[in-house]
Amino acid sequence: MTAAGKAWPGVELTAQEFYEKVTAVTYRPEAKFSWSAGEAMSRFLAELKNGRLIARACRSCGRILFPPRMFCEECFRPTDAWTYVQDTGTIETYSISYIDLDARRIPAPVYVGVVSVDGASPKMGMMHYFGEVTEKTIRIGMRVQAVWKPPRERVGSVLDIRFWRPVRGVRR
Amino acid sequence: MALDSAGLTIDDIDAVVFGSAPDAFDGIHMKGENVLDGCGGVGKPYVRVFTGGGTGVFSPIAGYWHVASGMFDTVLVVNEEKMSSCQPHPQSVFGHIWDPILDRPLRPNLVWIFAMEMNRYMTVHNVRYEDVAAVAVKNKRNAVAHPCAQLADPNITVEDVMNSELMVWPVRRLDISPPSDGASALVIASEDVVRKRKVESPVWFAGVGWNIDSTMWTDRDLVFPEYLANAAKMAYKQARIDDPRKQIDFAEPYDPFDYKELHHMEGLLLCEKGEAPRLTREGVTQRDGDLPTCPSGGLLGVGNPIAATMGIKVGELYWQLSGQAGQRQIPHEVRTGVTNAWGDLMQFSSVVVMRS
Repeated sequence: MTAAGKAWPGVELTAQEFYEKVTAVTYRPEAKFSWSAGEAMSRFLAELKNGRLIARACRSCGRILFPPRMFCEECFRPTDAWTYVQDTGTIETYSISYIDLDARRIPAPVYVGVVSVDGASPKMGMMHYFGEVTEKTIRIGMRVQAVWKPPRERVGSVLDIRFWRPVRGVRR
Repeated sequence: MALDSAGLTIDDIDAVVFGSAPDAFDGIHMKGENVLDGCGGVGKPYVRVFTGGGTGVFSPIAGYWHVASGMFDTVLVVNEEKMSSCQPHPQSVFGHIWDPILDRPLRPNLVWIFAMEMNRYMTVHNVRYEDVAAVAVKNKRNAVAHPCAQLADPNITVEDVMNSELMVWPVRRLDISPPSDGASALVIASEDVVRKRKVESPVWFAGVGWNIDSTMWTDRDLVFPEYLANAAKMAYKQARIDDPRKQIDFAEPYDPFDYKELHHMEGLLLCEKGEAPRLTREGVTQRDGDLPTCPSGGLLGVGNPIAATMGIKVGELYWQLSGQAGQRQIPHEVRTGVTNAWGDLMQFSSVVVMRS
């Protein structure tokens, strides 16, 4: 309710009442999309299946672009070469989500954030989940490594990485 | 209301500009056409402009260039958003804005990335959460005198914000503006029309700017909105402002989250990077401070009908500069104000500078 008015005209409705009392149309559109991944993303996904992260190099600005693309948006020219980057990196930022896609509460929080990957240009990375962390231990600047699914379970998706966890003493 | 306030009728309007955020909220594709008749656009040059969450301050820019180009003398800008149609929560619609290959498999919630930006900003500048929450308190208190306020609260405290429900750490419920329904309208006229009709206390567009960064948002540091600084510099150049801190009297930065007001004050070059929390703590941004910020109550206090926030942002510049803000009026004289809106994938900003 606003401070300016004591009462709205009419009746306030809950989400449930919206479904039941208001003219609501429920239908599931037969709209399926098959996106073309394109040259850069296709190779990126194929390499995920191999358990590797790949980037593109731009010789003009010298940047290693990750996620890879066939063009450099700063030089506005085609990129030049494929190059593998590491599956280790640094947490640039993160958040801890207590709600789902519909803003409903979820039982266990989800740790998500941006990892800048080693071998790519500074700050270049991807959004992903973090695991084996708690709200007490996770921090910006933390060194992390990818935890991959077993090879036979990989399908060529960012989910072929289960999550990123803190780097332990011994590197993979 | 806008036509009445301008003393015009729809017959006096040469062209209509419409602004609204994604179609998916209303569940009606091409909603520009769906609401056309009610916008007064029938039989006129009519166009919808769209820059995501930045539309609220972008469609007035489009209206401005319609007039500034010399093509039209009078333009009506109408912005609309209806988020209540989308049940159970419009948040689900945001699921469709993500890159289908890189982001969508993670099933992201839009609040995730704003919480990430807030965390990055607070960590790099060593900002205390209390200083961020103070923005929500200020704006919800300022909104008490706003006729459209949805979340005004004259008694809210920093503790209330800090104790509100945790949504996506570090963002709590009272750090976020609510989804809202709303509409706003603005009349923009040429100098000729203003002088011929002897309009009392007109307010002028002094400068406009807009700018966008790469969609590859995981490739840049979220701590500072460079795109906004670029947009602000563009607007300031046109307005002949070379020292924004001295030459701008008040601001209506976009505040869908409390940290965004701080982020945007810095992006608008109204203070040093990391300095906005201190200015807030010291009361500089209060209505009676040196740099009143969101005297309207902002999105945090009034509500967030995305494109219709034009009425909270550009509308407030108009009311303050023409001395019509009533109980919200800044107690000292103000002659120059700036506002911005923010959208797309944390990459776009539109800026308007207005003068009395």
